[in-house]
Amino acid sequence: MQAIQVFAEHYNYVVTIFLMMAGLYIVIARGNMIKKLIGLSIFQTSVYLLYITPAKIIGGTAPILDPAFKVYSNPLPHVLILTAIVVGVATLALGLALVVRIKEAYGTVDEDEIFAKDGEQ
Amino acid sequence: MTAISAQLPALQVVLPLLGAVLAALMRRGTPAFALTLAISWTLPFISGALLYQTLTGDPISYRLGGWEPPFGIEYRVDVLNAFVLMLVSSVGAVILPFAHRSVASEIDEDKHAWFYCMYLLCLAGLLGIAITGDAFNAFVFLEISSLATYVLIALGRDRRALLSAFQYLIVGTIGATLYVLGVGLIYLVTGTLNMHDLSTRLVEAYAVYPQPVLAGLAFIVVGVGLKLALFPMHVWLPNAYAYAPSVVSAFLAATATKVAVYLLIRFSFGVFGKAVAFPTLTVTDLIVGLSIAAMFVGAAAAVYQTDLKRMLAYSSVSQIGYITLGVGLANQAGLTGGIVHLANHAIMKAALFLALGAAVYRIGTCKLNDLSGIGRRMPLTMTAFAIAGFGLIGTPGTAGFISKWYLALGSLEVGGWPLLLAIVASSMIAVVYVGRVVEVMWFREESPHVKGASEAPLAMLLPILVLAAATVYFGFDTRATAGIATRAAEMLIGGLR
Repeated sequence: MQAIQVFAEHYNYVVTIFLMMAGLYIVIARGNMIKKLIGLSIFQTSVYLLYITPAKIIGGTAPILDPAFKVYSNPLPHVLILTAIVVGVATLALGLALVVRIKEAYGTVDEDEIFAKDGEQ
Repeated sequence: MTAISAQLPALQVVLPLLGAVLAALMRRGTPAFALTLAISWTLPFISGALLYQTLTGDPISYRLGGWEPPFGIEYRVDVLNAFVLMLVSSVGAVILPFAHRSVASEIDEDKHAWFYCMYLLCLAGLLGIAITGDAFNAFVFLEISSLATYVLIALGRDRRALLSAFQYLIVGTIGATLYVLGVGLIYLVTGTLNMHDLSTRLVEAYAVYPQPVLAGLAFIVVGVGLKLALFPMHVWLPNAYAYAPSVVSAFLAATATKVAVYLLIRFSFGVFGKAVAFPTLTVTDLIVGLSIAAMFVGAAAAVYQTDLKRMLAYSSVSQIGYITLGVGLANQAGLTGGIVHLANHAIMKAALFLALGAAVYRIGTCKLNDLSGIGRRMPLTMTAFAIAGFGLIGTPGTAGFISKWYLALGSLEVGGWPLLLAIVASSMIAVVYVGRVVEVMWFREESPHVKGASEAPLAMLLPILVLAAATVYFGFDTRATAGIATRAAEMLIGGLR
């Protein structure tokens, strides 16, 4: 019973850890470069969740000074993650652009095949 | 004049950032080069002024946008990061005259302006990491410089450059993400991102939540360790340096890893120092162990390389080991040695990579056998190569000796003779890989590639000679390097609990 309670209370963190490990696993285990980038994105997303989870307060509003509202969510982590999302998108875009160039140069996006091709030279 | 001097910390980053945009808009290589040259030669004067201010007075605190720290982003310049700023901006400036011809010969013409754009962007990112006093802001700059770096590496001629850039992108992004993760954990327990504020608030937070704080430190050390290529997280580095354009190899070897080391020093001593007594943690033993492994594995791998750029890259892995050894020793002499080797290694490695770049410019290859006898054809360039190579070994009379001297002193204090022996033994391996190259370059029959080669053009030769001269100069006059490094180490050690 207690284990279920701990799980429920830390549900977001459990998801964070799962996404983090899943993302990292894909990056390491997959040879396909597109899949690697997807794994990388999942890995980054897990960190977004880690930042946002403690910042969101149930029933909290945006921090607007008004006598009607007493409970606010912390806006700073949201803003930080907005920045991190932009960085993540830029990284993903650059990674995909590189994969396009690699595909042009090697004719494949699979790492093992690419290593095999360079070995022939 | 005072109006400008008050804004110097912001200008240090804003100038290259705006310059990058302008360079991209110019579309043509030569005007973009002229602009980059103007900007990169202005930057050392700015960082020089900042260094002078911090050496003679208190740390500079600059409020970005007028927001008061710790609420707004603060640029905080003390002796340590003024030194790093000076190093990065000087190397960026000295290398650039070399770039024009080298880039013209190695990169397609329609991409020249983009090269200079990325160069400035990378410079802006690196200077930003060094100058900022905000942990999250450092992440943003880390990614700015990293993204620019991936592009710079991918500009290399060989198609394997693309592959190296992709692999570095994966590893670099994982490193940066782990860093944010660590910063997130310490933000959760302290509620602040300002490094100076963190250092005091972590004391309280550590008493209540020791595990998240230590986990944060661990994530940051591993994340930054990936960026600085600490053994065994160095696998991306040899390929990236080997296939990048010559100027990029020199620039990255001299600056990118150094700034990452700065970040490691800043966090382990500056941010966590007050709270967790960094020198007593297991992580310092771990860093010392990995550093020694890096010193040997890097140097041993360098001995077996036939591609000289790759050899220098493995040598970088080994030399980074010396720097992090200084961090791991965490005493006055060791840390001084680490910080001073930051600068000395940057100077020597830039000279070596540029000398190879000049050889590639003249004969189109940097395979060891193709370079045999090149010393007689390009005597000045290869003399500079030999001098910087001796610096890597740590020969007395070169800058490398100074760093190893301090490291040896620091090692004796902590680990006694075995550690000292490790430093000497790994230097002996450096004798092998440097000596082998010098022998082939000077004492062998000329290879068919080398026949007809002549000395490098003046614009390429001058940066190489300046860097080689600096290698010797800083071997004798250590006021500018070891003097400042000692003060920085005193400040860091003094800030520890």
